[in-house]
Amino acid sequence: MSDRELAHAWPDAGLTRVPFWVYQDEANYRSELRRIFEGPTWSFVCLEADLPQPGDFRTTFVGEMPVIVVRAADGGIRAFENRCAHRGALISLDDGGTARHFQCVYHAWTYDLEGNLTGIAFEKGSNGRGGMPSSFSKAAHGPRKLRTTTLHGLVFASLCAETPAIEEYLGSAILGRIARVLGKPIRVLGRFVQILPNNWKLYVENVKDTYHASLLHAFFGTFRITRLTQGGGVLVSPDGAHHTSYTIDRADDRTSTAYREQGIRSERVGYRLADPRLLESVDEFGDGIQLQILTVFPGFVLQQIQNCLAVRQVLPKGPESMELHWTYFGFADDAPEMRTRRLRQLNLVGPAGYVSMEDGCVGGFVRRGAAAASDEVSVVNMGGEGTESAETRATEASVRGFWKAYRRYMDQ
Amino acid sequence: MTADPSARLTRLNAEYARALDDDRLEDWPAFFTDPCLYSITSADNHRQGLPAGLMYADSRGMLQDRVAALRDANIYERQSYRHLVGLPAILGDKDGALLAETAFLVVRIMRDGRMDLFATGRYLDHIVEDSGHFKLRERIVVCDSNRIDTLLAIPL
Repeated sequence: MSDRELAHAWPDAGLTRVPFWVYQDEANYRSELRRIFEGPTWSFVCLEADLPQPGDFRTTFVGEMPVIVVRAADGGIRAFENRCAHRGALISLDDGGTARHFQCVYHAWTYDLEGNLTGIAFEKGSNGRGGMPSSFSKAAHGPRKLRTTTLHGLVFASLCAETPAIEEYLGSAILGRIARVLGKPIRVLGRFVQILPNNWKLYVENVKDTYHASLLHAFFGTFRITRLTQGGGVLVSPDGAHHTSYTIDRADDRTSTAYREQGIRSERVGYRLADPRLLESVDEFGDGIQLQILTVFPGFVLQQIQNCLAVRQVLPKGPESMELHWTYFGFADDAPEMRTRRLRQLNLVGPAGYVSMEDGCVGGFVRRGAAAASDEVSVVNMGGEGTESAETRATEASVRGFWKAYRRYMDQ
Repeated sequence: MTADPSARLTRLNAEYARALDDDRLEDWPAFFTDPCLYSITSADNHRQGLPAGLMYADSRGMLQDRVAALRDANIYERQSYRHLVGLPAILGDKDGALLAETAFLVVRIMRDGRMDLFATGRYLDHIVEDSGHFKLRERIVVCDSNRIDTLLAIPL
């Protein structure tokens, strides 16, 4: 949807101002589903570890499109719309499982693991009467098929033939940051869904926003898991779409008083854990990076906070609601001590996470605060106006990067 | 005090629910032994043997840390719970602990008065005798749904 078709316009302020109607407008939301989620982008759909054997499948969404992701007989991964070619009912009603074929419950039309329509109940009718016309072609009818690609155990899908290969889509810098974490076979530790009362973009911006982390999340700042005075930075892909932020512990931060001098709430002197095993971590990737948050446009997050690993899938559910699907994981070769360490550190993240609980509500605070402000703007000006990578996290470069990519996909 | 374990567990559950619902979170860790296991998961995860919890504590200190973080570090809108806890089913014993399962229902009340059915599920407990009191050596909170609305702050 171009600006001309919209009831609203973007202010003439580059990427540093974002109008609130982009989080509210129903027509704009419908356009996002078409242009972004069903457009030339890659959506994360599941882990390869979710589909170990042929016939193993999971159901999920690309935007609002329900999809089935399945490992086919040849070992490859296929994805197709979870919509019967007959009347449009869901083909699979399960979150996942193992199937030899899929059959719609409504009229028992069946599909193979590739998403091809293979069977129609009473196709020839009964006693020589009824049935489908002989001209009906099963091959010409079926749910839409998506392209799939895998990357270090992640499975992405795209509905669009023009989406570039995942390596080109992400760029070498982001690829390297994914490879850094996902070098071994994954073992899933748990799955949870968090319902967020806000537009999906508010959550994606929040994840990309390196500025807020140690300010909103007092737990972060207090335990020096990430502070803006620590080493680290933010890496933004050249098109702005994807990002990685990272924190490296630095000895000189231990005595920094910058937070205290500014009276920032998140600095609490004297806060100590009764059981410090929560934060006992090992440098499992051997590079001193204790926190890495990575996004893939439009709605994928890979997170490493110490030894706490998770992927998050952002699913839009209307202009003012979304779901966040968490998959907590470790590696297949984790020793028992490492598994226990991960289970303890998972307290940091998720809907009850010490350092992520606030992200569940802050998008709702923006939605409620800006409810009557559709033509007002938010300010995204920290660190200037650009989207370049930076060796500081006191910047909103990666948030501006998101809007750079968003406006290109949306032609706004 | 009656010696009937079912009645004693019913009393423990009533006191546990009152502590959480009356915002006496500081009293909550004392319902557990030290060490202990407290975890909140979903029926799906539990059925599949996936071990991760939304909250996970294997010591009383970790329970105290959860309370301290809720009081001093975490940001969430003022809210409270109303627990309705069912009658316990005593399932047997294992390693000197009584095994029990008890259904619960939690309504969440937000500061603006909004009330929602926030969680239902069951407590899977290992209960031991400790200085004349029943204590939870293990409480796995198995939520029927894997969905959490907005955030989970107060323990279940």
